[in-house]
Order: sequence, then structure tokens, then C-alpha cells
Amino acid sequence: MATSAITQPLSAPTGSVNTLRVFRKETRYEFLKLLRAKSFSLSTIGFPVMFYVLFGIANRNAFSGNIHIAKYMLGGYACFGLIGAALFGIGVGVASELAAGWLELKRASPMPVSAYLFAKCASACAFGLIIVSILTAVATAFGGVSLTATELIKMLGMTVVGSISFASMGLLLALLVPANAAPAIVNLIYLPMSFLSGLWVPLRFMPHWLQGIAPALPTYHLSQLMLSIFGYQDSMSLATHWNALIGFTLLMLGLSWLIFHRREQNS
Amino acid sequence: MPLNAIAYETELVAAELPVPVPRQPIAALTNITKRYGNTLAVDNLSLALHPGEVVALLGPNGAGKSTAIKLLLGLIAPTSGTSRVFGSDPREATTRTRVGAMLQVARITETLRVREHLDLFRSYYPNPLPVVDILRIAQLQGIEDRTFSQLSGGQKQRLLFALAICGNPDLIFLDEPTVGLDIESRRALWGQIRFLSARGKTVLLTTHYLEEADTLAHRVIVINKGRVISEGTPSEIKRNAGGRTIRCHTRLSQEFLETLPGVTSVAFNERGVVVTASDAETVVREMLMRDETLSGLEIASPALEDAFLALTKN
Repeated sequence: MATSAITQPLSAPTGSVNTLRVFRKETRYEFLKLLRAKSFSLSTIGFPVMFYVLFGIANRNAFSGNIHIAKYMLGGYACFGLIGAALFGIGVGVASELAAGWLELKRASPMPVSAYLFAKCASACAFGLIIVSILTAVATAFGGVSLTATELIKMLGMTVVGSISFASMGLLLALLVPANAAPAIVNLIYLPMSFLSGLWVPLRFMPHWLQGIAPALPTYHLSQLMLSIFGYQDSMSLATHWNALIGFTLLMLGLSWLIFHRREQNS
Repeated sequence: MPLNAIAYETELVAAELPVPVPRQPIAALTNITKRYGNTLAVDNLSLALHPGEVVALLGPNGAGKSTAIKLLLGLIAPTSGTSRVFGSDPREATTRTRVGAMLQVARITETLRVREHLDLFRSYYPNPLPVVDILRIAQLQGIEDRTFSQLSGGQKQRLLFALAICGNPDLIFLDEPTVGLDIESRRALWGQIRFLSARGKTVLLTTHYLEEADTLAHRVIVINKGRVISEGTPSEIKRNAGGRTIRCHTRLSQEFLETLPGVTSVAFNERGVVVTASDAETVVREMLMRDETLSGLEIASPALEDAFLALTKN
């Protein structure tokens, strides 16, 4: 064996990694993966749109005081859709990558963990934006809903905020829940939480004792922030909703970080 | 012990492999102990990898082979002891750019194409191999546009191999690289591992197939219950595990044969005698001198499999 064949590859690497490119590619392929996984893309986009068509458009001429019910429900289903994309994309996605050993192989590579997390989060935001855009298009075309440009931009901004917030919950679920049970467990948390926060049916139409549960749920605070764009929020102050949502996000991230480090040490 | 394993044949094959001169190790586990609760996965294990060599880590299920690789990759932390790769912590990003790994993975992202997987993994490394080279080395030409879920078992393994080499690493860990492959694909992968070795790469592979260790490795490390129980070239391992066997028809008595140097066992049966000896040449020379009627002589080296079984059974 020629000596040069041994020494040459052992010399220090001369090229450099373009970190920005790693983030871009990681994000692009994460998004492509989700888009091509029909079970994910069809259900996360399809369900909120279908529900809105069934329940939102049916209320195109319904008003409660000066609240246009179809517009109110647009806010609710926008939250329902973006939360689903974040919980399923990250909760179920990361859990299955952990179980399959794929995440371990990626961790053995020089991939920055931040690129992995960024890609997941950015893809959840992208899906949230797609869902909210489709819902808005349906609402304005068939639901008799009118939105100002400012309202639309604020809605999309709130979609990004909500996606990041619930991405953190998805991450925690992925660390806690076994992969084969993840879809079922996510549904068991996501569906009742959405219902109890008034994402499907406006809270004011629900029994009084059920309305009392809502403020304990992060979904409620997100939906109130979304509805505040239209001036449809409840009596609670916006600052409370922001604090609750930020507190929830930090709690989820903190717990994820704790569990992850605990596992690292025990692994 | 199989009769077809003729001694000089296996000895010669082993001698032909270029054994690199030992120098400063590029990766080493030093006195590593790894405990999971009450179970001891790795027990005061030390091993070193030298530049350019192919080392096979052999052991039964649960011996600690995968744990050893994960310790070298910095994926798990040792309870005590140190793991060093290229002189530094294996968890450091700069170390990881020089290491490639093929782990036992159930599946990778199923909806991404071969080309896309390579594109993503290449972006992690400062000096990746060109895509055409990777496709050629891992024999993935013609299936670049298939998604992972469309690949056969062998093709999936080849893609995982491609991911291990795409960053042009100097050190490559292959955890059971040929498990579940048919004979043809297995031999093809052996060719690829030899190719890496010829390019000066250091390879550590774990395997269940002793034939694989015998043909590929410069050095074999046998581990069991988290400890190294034997280490050396494949032929040294065979020799350590009780030497070679001599079969013949002879008039010499059992008592006499047992007194010859290096003889560990003598057994007579209806087809003659079977003598096991660490120094077969000396014993045969003595036997031929003492018995002119000696006939039907055969000298066999134990297959690595027999050596392995002898070493790991306790």
C-alpha cells in the first residue's frame, strides 16, 4: 500500500461547510418529505378544509351580534389546521425517526442539530401557512367572508407564531411517546383540546361548564389571539393570552431539553 | 471440524493481505465500561484502530459490538473510560466530518429519492465525494431517482453504505453491513470495503459472518460479554483457539502421541487418529520419522467459525 494513500486523506480538511446551505437543504427535504407523505399532507390539509366547508360555509349568513360566524370559524379552523400540522409533522415525524434509528445516524454525521430542529419547525410553519391560505381562499370565495389586507397579513403572522409554539409541544411528545402509538396519542390530545377550546364550534355556543375549561388550554389562547385580529376575542386581555402562549412554549421546550439531556447522559 | 479446511491454504490467504505497520492509533477506546442500570454492556474494553487497517469486531449477539461502535461515534457516553477519535472527542463536529457510519437502521426517510438523500448528506461535509463517484462505488447507478421505499433490501443497504462514505471520511464504521443480503450483494459489498481499504481508509466492521471477517479483515477482535477475549490476524485467532488438527492412520500409540510437544488432544476412531497441536509441523515431522507406514495424512486449520465458537463458549 502506497504511503501517500494513507497520509493524504489524514491531512486536515481543506473545504468548509456552508452552514446556510445545510439549513436550506435540510428544510427543503423535510418539506418535500412531508408533502410526499400522502397520509400526512392529505389529512393535515384535508381535514380542516373539509370541516370548514361543512360547518363554516353553512354559516355564511349567520351573525351573532356583530360577529360573522363564518369569519369567526375561519379563525378557529386556521388554528385547528396549523396545530395539526405542527403536532403531526413534528410529534409523529420525530418519534418515528427516533424509533427507526434514522435520527441516530444523522446525529453520528456532522449535521448540526439546530439545522434539524429548524427544518422541522420551518416545515410546520410552511404547512400552517398553506392550510391557512387555503382556508382563507375558501372562506372568501364561498363563505361570504371579507378580510382586509392587514387582517390577512396578521393571520399569516399569527400562523407562524402558533406553528412555532405547537412545534415545541410536538417535540416533547416525540420524546415521550413510542413511535407506533404516536399518531393515536397525538389525536387523543389534539382533538379534545381543539373541541374544548372552541376551534370547531364557537365557545359561546357550548355549555357553560365546558367554557370554563378553555382558559387552561394553550389552544384557547392561540385561538383568542387569532380571533383578536377580527376583533372577535373574549373579555380576557390580550396580554394574558400572549403570556399563556409564550409560557406554554417555554415550558414545552424546557421539558424537551431536560428529557433530551437526561437521555443523553443515560444512553 | 470441516475436513475441507486445509491448513496451508487458509494460512496463505491471510498472509497475502497487506498488514499495515502499526503506528499511532487514529481511534481508540481506553478502559471503557458502559453500564445500563444493572447490566454491564461493555466491561473495561480497550481497542485501537490504526490508519489504513480493516478491523472486524466479532462476537455473539449482545456481546457489545454495536455499543463499542456507538461509543466510538460519541452517540453514547461511557460510564467510565475514554473514547478518542483523531485525538479528540468523537462528539466534536470537526471529528465527525472525518468519520462515516453505517448503523443498523430500520428505515430512513422513505419518500426521498436516492439522489436527494445523497445531496442532503453531502452538504454536511466539507469535502464530500462527487455524486457520480458515490453512485459508482456503492453501485447505485440507474436507481438514483427511486425513493427509499422503492428500493430492495440490498439496495437499501447500499444506500446506507453510500451515506457512510459520501463525506469522503478517513474512518468508517460499518455495523453489520451485510446482514440480510444475498450472497451476490454481500460479495459486492466486500469488494467496496476492499476498495476503501486500498484507498487508505480505516474500516471497523462488526459482523456475524465469520467468513466475512476472515476474508476482509487485517485484524479480528473477538469480544464477548463486553470484553476482548482474543485479538489478532484471522490465522492467529485460529491458532490461539487450539491449533490445527492432524488426521492420519498410524501405528503410534496414544500415549506416545500425547508426549509430543504442543499436542493438546489425541483421539482415535475407526478412520484413524485426530491429533490437535499448536505446532503441527513439528508433530508431523516427528510422527513421520517414527512411523514409516503412516498414511492418509491431512492437516487442517480450524475454520474461523470453530475458533470463534471455542473462544466464546465458556
